[in-house]
Amino acid sequence: MNTITNNSMPTAPGLASANNALLELYKEQYELEDYQKGVPRWCSGCGDNAILTAVQRLCRDEALAPEKTVFVSGIGCSSRFPHYMNTYGVHSLHGRALPIAEGIRLARPDLKVFVNMGDGDCFSIGAAHWVHAVRYNMNMLAMVHDNNIYGLTKKQASPTSPKGLKTNTTPRGAYLDALNPLTVTLGIANVSFVAQVVDWIPKLLYQTLSEAYHHPGFSFVRIIQRCPEWLPTHLDEYLRDPERVLLLTHDNGLTLDTDLTKRYTKIEEHDPSDIHRAREVASGSDPIPVGILYRNENVPRYEETRSDTRLRTSALIRKGLEAEFDKFTIWPKGHQPQHA
Amino acid sequence: MAIEELTKVKSKNKNGRVEQASSPAVEQTRGAGVSPAVAQTSPSAPPLKPKAKVTRLKEHIVEIISDSGEGAQKCGQSFGAIVARMGLGVWTVEIIPAEIRPPARSVAGASGNRIRFGSTGVTNGGNETDLVVAFNEQVLLGRVRANELKPGCTILIESMWREDRRVAESYSTAIDELKAAGYKVYEIPMEVECHKHMPDAKKGKNMFALGLLIGLYSLDLKVGREQVALTFGKKGAKVIESNVALLEAGYAYAQENLDFRYEIPAAKSTEAQIVVNGNTALALGVLASGMEICAMYPITPATSASHYLSDVFEVVGGVVHQAEDEIAACTFAIGASYAGKCTVTITSGPGFSLKQEAIGLAVMGEIPLVVVNVQRGGPSTGQPTKTEQADLMSAIYGSHGDAPKVVLAPATIEDCFYSVIMARKIAETFNMVVVILSDANLANSQAPFTRPVFDEAWLAPPIDQSAVPTGAKPYDWDSKTGLARRFIPGQPGGQHTLTGLAHDEDSHVAYDAEINQRAIRARSLKLAALQKTLKPPTVFGDQTGDLLVIGWGSTKGAIEEAVTELREQGKKVSSMHLTFLQPMAPGIKEILAGFRKVIAIENNWSDLPSDEIIDESNRRYTMLATLLRSRYLVDVDCFSECRGTPLKPATVRRVIMEALS
Repeated sequence: MNTITNNSMPTAPGLASANNALLELYKEQYELEDYQKGVPRWCSGCGDNAILTAVQRLCRDEALAPEKTVFVSGIGCSSRFPHYMNTYGVHSLHGRALPIAEGIRLARPDLKVFVNMGDGDCFSIGAAHWVHAVRYNMNMLAMVHDNNIYGLTKKQASPTSPKGLKTNTTPRGAYLDALNPLTVTLGIANVSFVAQVVDWIPKLLYQTLSEAYHHPGFSFVRIIQRCPEWLPTHLDEYLRDPERVLLLTHDNGLTLDTDLTKRYTKIEEHDPSDIHRAREVASGSDPIPVGILYRNENVPRYEETRSDTRLRTSALIRKGLEAEFDKFTIWPKGHQPQHA
Repeated sequence: MAIEELTKVKSKNKNGRVEQASSPAVEQTRGAGVSPAVAQTSPSAPPLKPKAKVTRLKEHIVEIISDSGEGAQKCGQSFGAIVARMGLGVWTVEIIPAEIRPPARSVAGASGNRIRFGSTGVTNGGNETDLVVAFNEQVLLGRVRANELKPGCTILIESMWREDRRVAESYSTAIDELKAAGYKVYEIPMEVECHKHMPDAKKGKNMFALGLLIGLYSLDLKVGREQVALTFGKKGAKVIESNVALLEAGYAYAQENLDFRYEIPAAKSTEAQIVVNGNTALALGVLASGMEICAMYPITPATSASHYLSDVFEVVGGVVHQAEDEIAACTFAIGASYAGKCTVTITSGPGFSLKQEAIGLAVMGEIPLVVVNVQRGGPSTGQPTKTEQADLMSAIYGSHGDAPKVVLAPATIEDCFYSVIMARKIAETFNMVVVILSDANLANSQAPFTRPVFDEAWLAPPIDQSAVPTGAKPYDWDSKTGLARRFIPGQPGGQHTLTGLAHDEDSHVAYDAEINQRAIRARSLKLAALQKTLKPPTVFGDQTGDLLVIGWGSTKGAIEEAVTELREQGKKVSSMHLTFLQPMAPGIKEILAGFRKVIAIENNWSDLPSDEIIDESNRRYTMLATLLRSRYLVDVDCFSECRGTPLKPATVRRVIMEALS
């Protein structure tokens, strides 16, 4: 593959189209196969498959150089994700995908960083990292595959399991109200992109991920997905009844195709720049709000605040080091300082 | 012991009130070389001027202690820097209370500095204190009760408490008791004297005390003024001026009111030296190693390294990332390292425990990583400000499963600097985690070492972004050394998913028993490959003898000082200090064989054979002793001390004498 591609994340979705067209000329064309690796070992009907397909399409459409792309995941069913991408990947520790992705991002702004986590991964064991990742607002696309259950460890209640859900650790029903990841995320300082989708509307899934990818900052996408193994009927009512999904649309958000609006008639015009309305929309769970809840491109990105554009030459390091040594040096009598 | 006869010395303060200060009777005097600087700063009312007796010394230990926030630490550090500038050997140790603001005048609240200085190089904090400056009697009593003061040592104490009705009684009782116990007590009206130069006298006392010490030790007042200018450099000319005035007042006070002086001749040094504490040395090492990112979370006593680094790292394009927790600091570092920039994370015991799972990921994925653990007292929260060496086993064997990593321990402040450069190199050469075990003793001690000469080879090479040869695998373990070439994101053709799961050469999750066996072998072999490159440790003293003392980390100075002293007395004792704890250098078994007896001396626990229920079948040995016994099948004995204080040469001497008897 030719590696001369557009390496920097786009700075705004509305970047001058002429500029884009120019960049297109240098882009290598990729096929879906360039991003595919192995045969996923997820159950058939698992939402992870839909997400993988959407992401591979996104990579192809954005012509991402596979060697310049890194998928980071934690532990859980969904965290096998990087193994099925023919890019670089880190299948890390339970809950720790975000700080690893942040380290990669700070060290290498030339790489595209994606994160795949499960609901237990992100909202339970990794909750501290989730909160702070939002605050850092580093440029990456974070997907939470939320099936309301721990799958890999065999059906335990997760923070998003609805109250009353019978699982192996809550045989008489989950004791607590479910955590609402959207309202939490929207309450964190520096939040810059929050979206929610469901795995059974592939077109919206793709559209949302694409918008999230183009967002300059930390894009948080909660994907509500089915678990056919442990909760086979859990979301059936939502699947059957289009009225239980609320599509969010706006000129600054998602624009909806007619085939979608024909089936899903519950539609709200929601301006993603309105955080107050976003919080109201986020607090509703039935119907499930789907689309972009919040987008703010002007939030500072930690990696840009912190990183230095100067070339770290040995001369630069030496100069800084000698200056520090000077501060602490005791010169013998008669010996003049060399770096006065 | 005889109580000092006191002569009253009168001096007037601003309000015209007569204050009483004391100065002991002079037994024997000879002419003191009084600096001309005194003449310019003498107070308006001419006091009695005792003739000072001058004593020449090889070395001395001075302490300055106060309530927290009264500036004794700044005074001590400045004094340490001044004696170093004068060409003396010096080692300073911070005296730190566990709380930020313990109650004023409390026995447990002593905050300050101990400065050991002498004609020749000083390698440790030494034994007991010879002279102490105290701002109140309570913090002083704390030090007396901790047995840190030499019996009969000289005490210079703030006398204002005599006038304070609330505490006058406890003050005078304490002073009387100290005198009765044989301490030479000099009561000095520090606050009254400072008042002449500064409205808020409480704040300036430390510089007054610094001036006193400069006078008492016949040091150059000019160097003192320069040091004050350096210390307060950031605060502007006015602050410097008033502090210099206090310094000079203290100096003048000593010249006019105290009847003794010390002189410690300096050996002539011809090379430039830098004076920093161990944590600053670590941070300078990070700068010099070419590493670009340090990810940390605040924890005592490691944080001062990150404070300093935060201040200077950006000058060379580096970043200190304060993560949301210890785990995030470690995983952030792993992410950056994975992406091609070997990264360091700095922590202490509790943080080190939290990082262990992540360290295992770096071991499994073969990601280079430098982890600094500035050890403190444990377990749990333990003694955050005190020193201990009890994380050796968790550094070597920590993280679940078989997780081989490199562990090395700096023994001096100079080592702290170079160990980071070495750790980065080893980490990247062997794709391993390297743990640096420093401790609170090194972290908070200052001593000069030869100014390092910059070497480009210290720096990390640029990130390899060349295409990976067709057919190459991300874990192509060499069957002899276990080493594999690492693929860094951005390298075309190198795409793979690094995983913490067992994996094969292609980084595919391994379900096959043989693959796991092969991979574990490879990761373990890397330690042996590193070990083959190490030189045998050097023996301090003769290669054979009656006793070999073995240590690691910050105890080196104390051990070698005791060994030197006893060798001068004809004892056949040597010592050996290990830098590499994992892997251990070759040749150790042969060294052990040269001695009749071997004993490890460490600041981690070992059961006492004298305890009733302790015997050979249940005694826990110190950590290094345990390692040496199991590896070399030698009956290594051990001595341990977990007092939280740095090991003293006198303790080592006692242990050696007992072992030899």
